[in-house]
Amino acid sequence: MFGRLSLEALPHEWYTLGAVVSLGLGGLVAAIFLSKKKLWGWLWNEWLTSTDPKKIGIMYIIVALLMLFRGFLDAAMLWFQQAVLNGTSYGLSADHFQEIFTAHGVIMVIFVTMGLMFGLMNYIIPLQIGARDVAFPFINSLSFWLYVAGAIFLNLFFVLGGDFSSAGWLAYPPLSGLEYSPGVGVDYWIWSLQISGLGTLLGGINILVTILKMRAPGMTLMKMPMFTWATLCSMVLIVSTFPLLTATLVLLSLDRLIGTHFFTSTMGGNPMMYVNLIWMWGHPEVYIIMIPSFGIFAQVVSTFSRKKLFGYSWTVASLIAVTLLSMLVWLHHFFTMGAGANVNAFFGIMTMIIAIPTGIIVFNSIMTMYQGRITFGTPMLWFLGFVSTFSFGGMAGVMLSVPAIDFQVHNSLFLVAHFHTMAIGGALFGIFAGFSFWFSKITGFKLNEKIGKAAFWCWIVGFFVSFVPLYVLGFMGATRRLDQYDPSTGWQSLFIISFVGLLIIATGAFLQVLQLIHGFLKRNENKDLTGNPWEAEGLEWSTSSPPPDYNFAVIPGTNKIEEFHMPKNTPIGIYVSGFVFLVGFGAVWHIYWLTALGIIGAIICVIIRALDEDTEYKVILK
Amino acid sequence: MKLNFELFNPKGFISEQQTDLIITVVALLLIAVIPALVLTFTFAWKYRASKQSKFTPNVSGNTKLQLGWLGFLILIIISVGTLAFKNSHALDPRKPIQSEKQAITIQVVALEWKWLFIYPNSSIASVNFLQFPEDTPINLEITADAPMNSFLIPQLGGQMYAMNGMKTSLHIMANEVGDYRGFSSNISGEGFSGMKFTARASSDRDFNAWVETARISSGSLNYNELAKPSKNNLPTTYLVAQTDLFDSIVMKYGEPIHVR
Repeated sequence: MFGRLSLEALPHEWYTLGAVVSLGLGGLVAAIFLSKKKLWGWLWNEWLTSTDPKKIGIMYIIVALLMLFRGFLDAAMLWFQQAVLNGTSYGLSADHFQEIFTAHGVIMVIFVTMGLMFGLMNYIIPLQIGARDVAFPFINSLSFWLYVAGAIFLNLFFVLGGDFSSAGWLAYPPLSGLEYSPGVGVDYWIWSLQISGLGTLLGGINILVTILKMRAPGMTLMKMPMFTWATLCSMVLIVSTFPLLTATLVLLSLDRLIGTHFFTSTMGGNPMMYVNLIWMWGHPEVYIIMIPSFGIFAQVVSTFSRKKLFGYSWTVASLIAVTLLSMLVWLHHFFTMGAGANVNAFFGIMTMIIAIPTGIIVFNSIMTMYQGRITFGTPMLWFLGFVSTFSFGGMAGVMLSVPAIDFQVHNSLFLVAHFHTMAIGGALFGIFAGFSFWFSKITGFKLNEKIGKAAFWCWIVGFFVSFVPLYVLGFMGATRRLDQYDPSTGWQSLFIISFVGLLIIATGAFLQVLQLIHGFLKRNENKDLTGNPWEAEGLEWSTSSPPPDYNFAVIPGTNKIEEFHMPKNTPIGIYVSGFVFLVGFGAVWHIYWLTALGIIGAIICVIIRALDEDTEYKVILK
Repeated sequence: MKLNFELFNPKGFISEQQTDLIITVVALLLIAVIPALVLTFTFAWKYRASKQSKFTPNVSGNTKLQLGWLGFLILIIISVGTLAFKNSHALDPRKPIQSEKQAITIQVVALEWKWLFIYPNSSIASVNFLQFPEDTPINLEITADAPMNSFLIPQLGGQMYAMNGMKTSLHIMANEVGDYRGFSSNISGEGFSGMKFTARASSDRDFNAWVETARISSGSLNYNELAKPSKNNLPTTYLVAQTDLFDSIVMKYGEPIHVR
């Protein structure tokens, strides 16, 4: 009846029990608050069932920030183990340590960075192109709820027990196969990625079509703002590569569920096929989270220099080049698996060629400052932070792309430092720049710049204090993912410095929370009445802050006030993703009737939605 | 406690060239990175609003300048790319190292969670300890009877994955007598962090003495017993009677599970 799910599976470790208790209490407090203030209806009708991309965007950001909190705690535990607890008997067990870094990777890449990016895109892209909505509002709601279902899957073991995967964020077989990981951990991982990946694919199609088909009259492709261009490129990558992830995970599930041998060496399968497939998705994936930041930075630097972006068409061409090249370099993740010298050299050189368009994007941003009138608002500081970190991260990247060097630094802390430089200094700083840039547009009030700048300085200083030691450790031959290392290596002092860096970053993050609270409390004094506090260019600044539900009363480029239709809210997205959740849940615990129920339920919901013709309401503006 | 910057303290034929390559590539890349950083902070300072210096809000590009740094970046990447191509061949881990001395073949098997080193010509094997003579090319044949691992001795040369059902190869040669740190760099399960070993490069005489001692004083290897999962194994030596042990480990993955 309940497959593998039995009483023994339920939580019994301190951390899972603790999570159950704290989640339960938190939920209870929230429920009491909502009931007392009679806010349940408001929450359901105005937010959860919303098809407004602005509200969906905000919900994406809230969920992603919650996940960031968890990912950050994970990082702190890993760091603390390596800096302080190494060699003592108080440390985490190897298995637990491995579960944590697996979760940390998945959370930060899939649920934090992607979630924050999708949040910003949902809010900003329709505004930037002069549209009232996205192309497929219902699919948008569904994408978000699938993302939420994936996020719940990732945290489910806290509540329901079992372990999380300890096979690393990309779960190479045979370690992730049935023989070496018989438990539910890898299945949790698979379904978390599978379900949220489906949401990402739908979201990608939606935003891609929105940009291509819903631009206001007169906005040709070469007049699009840079963030829209970068988003377009990123969405092209999603649509091109996420089906690969889905297929790969299906094959891995089959290996684990019905005993096929796609990815085990026995019976003619091959784990290297998995490694190829997962990186054919995985490499473009890291560009999917990086490219939108290029767009944000281009807009920020042009706004704060009071200048047009230098070399617009060159930057566009470079973004497209990066997009295409990113699909041709996956093998550089495994030079060390015995490919021949020519194969390695080809993929190495393709990889370093990416440095050319990337270099052009960065140089164009820098040149935009030339003979400008630069003011240093918080977004501009994030841009300068990006240039300082990204240059070194990019340099480390080109080094890693030289096969003969990669043989030494592959899987080392040098590599870890490299991709954190790109993910934090590149993607995350871009998101922060975007937040501080568009915050008043989203909320209608401005944030305190002083606190924002202090937070920036904590982040940038903390970043270098944290990650320079990791580069150095890499040169000392320190490999990653070690729960224990020999104290005679002397690495501990560097790990401690790195941990201090984490504390500085944590201070920065705390200041950002403080800035939000402060901004919210003083929201009436700091109203953004102009709708354009930075005196920036672009359609998003031509409407009020926050914009009305329909974004623009008059679509830019037209001059008649018309009647128009807006989508009604619908709970079907929640229902579908609830059923999809059951599909995954049944598959994890081998409760097959539940899987069948989920599939049928999801299909019925989609049919109901498809037959519903009353999905829009008319807006008449006076 | 002495910090050892292993990547800048190479003791092997391959690793010395890798170190030189790292330094050359860093130098080439700094040619692009330093101007970018200098320009960024110079412009940010020089054109700050309060200074009211020259302002050209409508300049939106300059084709000559664009072509200039396109060419500049291409030149740098051509030079790094050439180095990458040449060294991908010169330092190809599959390529045997040329030397007057005859090469020694050692077979490496990654197990859960220890390294088994088989010396096929001497009929001995060792766990978590690897000894070989200096200035002698070592041909390593690598496989796994476990999840993927990666075999790495930073001071001697690069790394190579150990994968079941497959044989990869790595060639190294130590230039100096000494003990070097070796380990697995790829997560392979619970005992992963204990998958470390000492790689000892010794004189020919010491190596031969070690082999002799191992032959006299070791028990014979029970492979199936050893292959069972165990953690933090101490260095041990074994006598190996089966001459095709390594090949049989590779080949058993070609068979259906029930035979295995």
